[in-house]
Amino acid sequence: MSRQMTGAEMVIAALQDQGVEVLFGYPGGSVLPIYDEIFKQEKIRHVLVRHEQGAVHAAEGYARSTGKVGAVLVTSGPGATNAVTGLTDALLDSIPLVCITGQVPTHLIGNDAFQECDTVGITRPCTKHNWLVKRIEDLPRILHEAFHVAKSGRPGPVVIDIPKDVQFATGTYHGPKNIQHKTYRPKVKGDMDAIRHAVQMIGKAHRPIFYTGGGVINSGPHASQLLRELVKTTGFPITSTLMGLGAYPGNDEQFLGMLGMHGTLEANMAMHESDLIVCVGARFDDRITGRLDAFAPHAKKIHIDIDPSSINKIIKVDVPIVGDVGHVLEDMIRVWKQTQPTIDKAALQKWWDKIAVWRGRKCLAYRASDEIIKPQYAIQRLREAVKGKDVYFTTEVGQHQMWAAQFLKFDEPNRWMTSGGLGTMGYGIPAAVGVQMAHPNSLVIDIAGEASVMMTMQEISTAVQYRLPIKIFILNNHYMGMVRQWQELLHGGRYSESYSEALPDFVKLAEAMGGVGIRCEKPSELDAAIAEMIAVKKPVIFDCVVDPAENCFPMIPSGKAHNEMLFGEAVENIGDVIDEKGKMLV
Amino acid sequence: MNTTHYPSAHIFQSPETHTLSVVVDNEPGVLARVVGLFSGRGYNIESLTVSETEHEKHLSRITIVTTGTPMVIEQIKNQLDRLVPVHRVVDLTVSGKVLARELALIKVKGKGEARVEALRLGDAFRARVVDATTESFVFEITGKSDKIDEFVGLMGPLGLVEYSRTGVAAISRGPEAS
Ligand SMILES: Cc1cc2nc3c(=O)[nH]c(=O)nc-3n(C[C@H](O)[C@H](O)[C@H](O)COP(=O)(O)OP(=O)(O)OC[C@H]3O[C@@H](n4cnc5c(N)ncnc54)[C@H](O)[C@@H]3O)c2cc1C
Ligand SMILES: Cc1ncc(C[n+]2csc(CCOP(=O)(O)OP(=O)(O)O)c2C)c(N)n1
Ligand SMILES: [Mg+2]
Repeated sequence: MSRQMTGAEMVIAALQDQGVEVLFGYPGGSVLPIYDEIFKQEKIRHVLVRHEQGAVHAAEGYARSTGKVGAVLVTSGPGATNAVTGLTDALLDSIPLVCITGQVPTHLIGNDAFQECDTVGITRPCTKHNWLVKRIEDLPRILHEAFHVAKSGRPGPVVIDIPKDVQFATGTYHGPKNIQHKTYRPKVKGDMDAIRHAVQMIGKAHRPIFYTGGGVINSGPHASQLLRELVKTTGFPITSTLMGLGAYPGNDEQFLGMLGMHGTLEANMAMHESDLIVCVGARFDDRITGRLDAFAPHAKKIHIDIDPSSINKIIKVDVPIVGDVGHVLEDMIRVWKQTQPTIDKAALQKWWDKIAVWRGRKCLAYRASDEIIKPQYAIQRLREAVKGKDVYFTTEVGQHQMWAAQFLKFDEPNRWMTSGGLGTMGYGIPAAVGVQMAHPNSLVIDIAGEASVMMTMQEISTAVQYRLPIKIFILNNHYMGMVRQWQELLHGGRYSESYSEALPDFVKLAEAMGGVGIRCEKPSELDAAIAEMIAVKKPVIFDCVVDPAENCFPMIPSGKAHNEMLFGEAVENIGDVIDEKGKMLV
Repeated sequence: MNTTHYPSAHIFQSPETHTLSVVVDNEPGVLARVVGLFSGRGYNIESLTVSETEHEKHLSRITIVTTGTPMVIEQIKNQLDRLVPVHRVVDLTVSGKVLARELALIKVKGKGEARVEALRLGDAFRARVVDATTESFVFEITGKSDKIDEFVGLMGPLGLVEYSRTGVAAISRGPEAS
């Protein structure tokens, strides 16, 4: 159906036609025509954030928790530059977003006009693609193309930069047709020969492991189902990256926990000693591989990924399979059923026995205390308190994020929103706003650090405005704990600028913002305080005062191999264990 | 940076030179995307040429000569291929049938013996004189890059003033499109 309308009307029409229900944004001169159209309609809810970075993180939280495309609207110049951190975050974590930016009128572009910046230039390296729309005739096509590019293949953020005169201009709108994109056609079906070969290798493995990641979440809940089926059929152990948590149930026997720098001993050792790694939608990030020449030295590798550039980027693999996790796993399971490979049960049992020894080491153990709240304990209690509840978690970045990854257990995908690739402090509060917008009746908790929270805490005000009862659970150690930990371990305990001399009274801050503040300092009072937090139907800042000296273990020091891991009790001489090269890796 | 602190298998591979032909939509910013990819990811560009090749279809062909280990070359191709406006990336070096040419304009100033010698060498290299004064020439020469390197080198002592090269244009041999 085609209709005559203005560019600003087209933006709203296209968002509606693309199924957008919530738009996160912030107005300004060069998007006023679009804001005028927002005013005149009721289908799309606009959420007014307090900073454009918050709008993008909120859209990320919305997208990750729903599987839909997140939508953002910001003005030109500072609106666009403020969005850059969020866009980069979404690019590194493969989150589908469409971000519309206003631009000065076309005839002023290049003149250093008021609030002009080269938005497409600035965002070119931090988006999957971007467009400057110079003619009204191109606008409808680009709007629909943008959604297609954002969500298909390896998802990512896109930017549409729309000059103000194009928003005012009148043209012909058409809805999303079944357009085949001229150039962009990601491959979703895996090569059948490679899949058959992979199934054969899986059948023959003696010490196999599934290494799964964010790609399983990207592929949708169906992919998680298929992954579970394949893992159950084979009886193999499975580990996940930070980004993949929830694709496989965290409590299941076969799940070894997260791998990598702060992963479990059993996951990392199993990777190191394996003879077959089946990588499903993960990208061999440096937090995972550690020292590359010592990474899984005996293992053959199968790698399923939709983005050919993820394959053989860091680790050379034996069987690459380019395709969507869901599609490829479906084919693998079918081939498995047809060919009925006979697994060497005795070898697999020996492998599990070995894993049991590593598990027996209880690598996440920490020294408990009844004087002071240990951060790990706080997360364990929180986890107990939300058992059986419909709950979503977001995080900030730091030690608390790693403890959350270690101690929370997820049974479902899309329940865990964290900034993995960019590691953006300040992600958690706005992301929680986005999640709560999508799931108004669920419990949404941001596991936070007191330093991270200070970066985007203005979004609490957004939560209050839209009556979003998000819970900000701060593990308050007064330090940039993750920085302090590295300084302790690598820089001779010289705590350069990692202590916050001044912090707000978080209880008063919550009240000033219109929420509820709770402080807890004693382990004995923790359960009751958490129960109160959950019961309150308003945004809550929970100031959980924890041991400031606690470190996050296990830890693979930078530049070390998976089997050179450090534990809580073995910290004394860690400085000797990390060499100069390792210090560069941070 | 990467290779020093992330020891990896591929640093033991030796670098190779490849000529890539990249067919792109001729839309604004496409060259910036390609060049930004190379600078952002630390790849080498030895030569880069671009121009519209199919006007009606709005297609351009970018020819890039780059060096890297086989693993890096594979990355470069995959990274290029995933840029949205890229239609296809062809590695002409791998197909083994690369036909690569470059054009150069070379200004030489001189009198007497040097001038005669420059003209004689120009002849031997099949360079054409496209501008002449009593004390200078501009040569136009086409050929493989190393032939042009050689000619420029020879002109050095004979009064070379300056020169301009187009960079490599390349295509595959035989009847098929690359
Ligand atoms: C302080 C800190 C510490 C960290 N420590 C750890 C750690 O100890 N352990 C850890 O695991 N991480 C850790 N991380 C996170 C780490 O930096 C990376 O973000 C993470 O490891 C990447 O996860 P991934 O490999 O699953 O890739 P993602 O970034 O999720 O990428 C997904 C991959 O799947 C592919 N893909 C996407 N969609 C599909 C599809 N439909 N089908 C097939 N493939 C698809 C993509 O092309 C990509 O290659 C840490 C982060 C921070 C901030
Ligand atoms: C925007 C940003 N700036 C700096 C960093 C580097 N950094 C990583 S963790 C961290 C400290 C986080 O402190 P806090 O939020 O208190 O968490 P904790 O580690 O104490 O749990 C810093 C500064 C970052 N990840 N993001
Ligand atoms: Mg802290």
